[in-house]
Amino acid sequence: MCLGIPGRIVAITDEARLMAMADVSGVKREVNVACIADGPLEALIGHWALIHVGFAMSVIDEDEAAKTLEALRDLGEAQETLQQMAEGARALEGTA
Amino acid sequence: MKFASEFRDPTAAKGLLAAIAHKADEIGATGEKPVHIMEICGGHTHSIFRYGLDKLIHEGIEFIHGPGCPVCVLPMSRVDECVEIAERPEVIFTTFGDAMRVPGHKKSLLQAKAAGADIRMVYSPLDALEIARRNPEREVVFFGLGFETTTPSTALSIQQAAREGLNNFSVFCNHITVPEPIKALLDDPHMVLDGFIGPGHVSMVIGVHPYDFIAADYGKPLVVAGFEPTDLLQSVLMVLTQIAEGRASVENQYARVVPEHGNPVSLAAIADVYERRPSFEWRGLGEIDASGLRIREAYRAFDAEEKFGIGYAAGPRDVPEIEGCACGQVMTGRIKPTACPQFGKGCTPEMPLGALMVSSEGACAAYWQYGGARVAAE
Ligand code: SF4
Repeated sequence: MCLGIPGRIVAITDEARLMAMADVSGVKREVNVACIADGPLEALIGHWALIHVGFAMSVIDEDEAAKTLEALRDLGEAQETLQQMAEGARALEGTA
Repeated sequence: MKFASEFRDPTAAKGLLAAIAHKADEIGATGEKPVHIMEICGGHTHSIFRYGLDKLIHEGIEFIHGPGCPVCVLPMSRVDECVEIAERPEVIFTTFGDAMRVPGHKKSLLQAKAAGADIRMVYSPLDALEIARRNPEREVVFFGLGFETTTPSTALSIQQAAREGLNNFSVFCNHITVPEPIKALLDDPHMVLDGFIGPGHVSMVIGVHPYDFIAADYGKPLVVAGFEPTDLLQSVLMVLTQIAEGRASVENQYARVVPEHGNPVSLAAIADVYERRPSFEWRGLGEIDASGLRIREAYRAFDAEEKFGIGYAAGPRDVPEIEGCACGQVMTGRIKPTACPQFGKGCTPEMPLGALMVSSEGACAAYWQYGGARVAAE
């Protein structure tokens, strides 16, 4: 919950709510981009960001994203975060 | 050799370890008279154990594990309050999974869920917002937990709920701040600290200046660090270099992610939604002035404390922590986890007694996970 995880912004899903789709290690997750948005949201597409509990908090370069992800996998945190994302999706349906 | 395979960049790590040893010798740090460096963030604690940095590093460096794991510093009475809210029939209680196993006086959230309360683990407060949209007849409460890294997420979610008029959504706000407990530790006469490794992702939000008082008023170096092993080693070296040169300042090893002044959007959202409480209770540390946040008057409709008349809004509660648990002493670096009489006996990650055993960021769980069996047997 404290470390965040790198994800790549792949689409803007809701301009008004500042929401975008991110690809996090192959998992698609909608995230809020308010904290990294300065200018048109489209400009974020293709960029990597550090995502904390569903909020993109900092734009990082691809190399940093890869390194961070590797460290998170080592710590077991990446797996844990992906699991939490899956749990979050189930919680919406009330099945978790 | 294990060392080489563990590190992505073993050459860099070896070079840094050698440089650290050199500096440690230069300032006369030894196993008997070590330099005490506190890593504040639980993520750093986890990383130090995962890579065995405490064992690889010069014996004159001792890591003191700080209070920077939000789950670990959560007092039992707050867990009780969560359970109390969650057990109301109209409530859907949403929380980060990390908080599920923290013991309360009667039960944890996990036990309350097993007993029938509608408690759902979510990844983000955004999930809680969506649950509120889909269940207009229910009260959806999100357990707002964490330091400055997660504070913006609940602030922005509350602002969003306000814009939508989502009145069945509220936050049970237990957000806490990093600089204030450090001040409390520095004011503690029993505490021996020579320098700090500052949290990376908290600083990404608040910048590096909130730590200025540590260098200016207390004369201790602080280096904001990333959580990869080479980041940590480099930061230790930077702290030692300051000590060797007789100076104390706030430096930023993690500038690739941490801007000097933090993240302006996050800071604006926090300032808009939250204000400081006069004081807040920390497990093991007691009440610390101005160390917790509450929801401002303007967003009162989204404050679970107001909605359910619970928590600090309901007046102070004085509930003792469990008998025989040494969490407080471990958290202030006074004893090592293994010195707690419950370590590995009454308290294990499967059946945690204290909060430091719940999360892999807690010092006790880290000790247990990375060599716990061995240390316990000693
Ligand atoms: S072993 Fe358990 S009870 Fe003892 S200090 Fe650690 S978490 Fe607390």
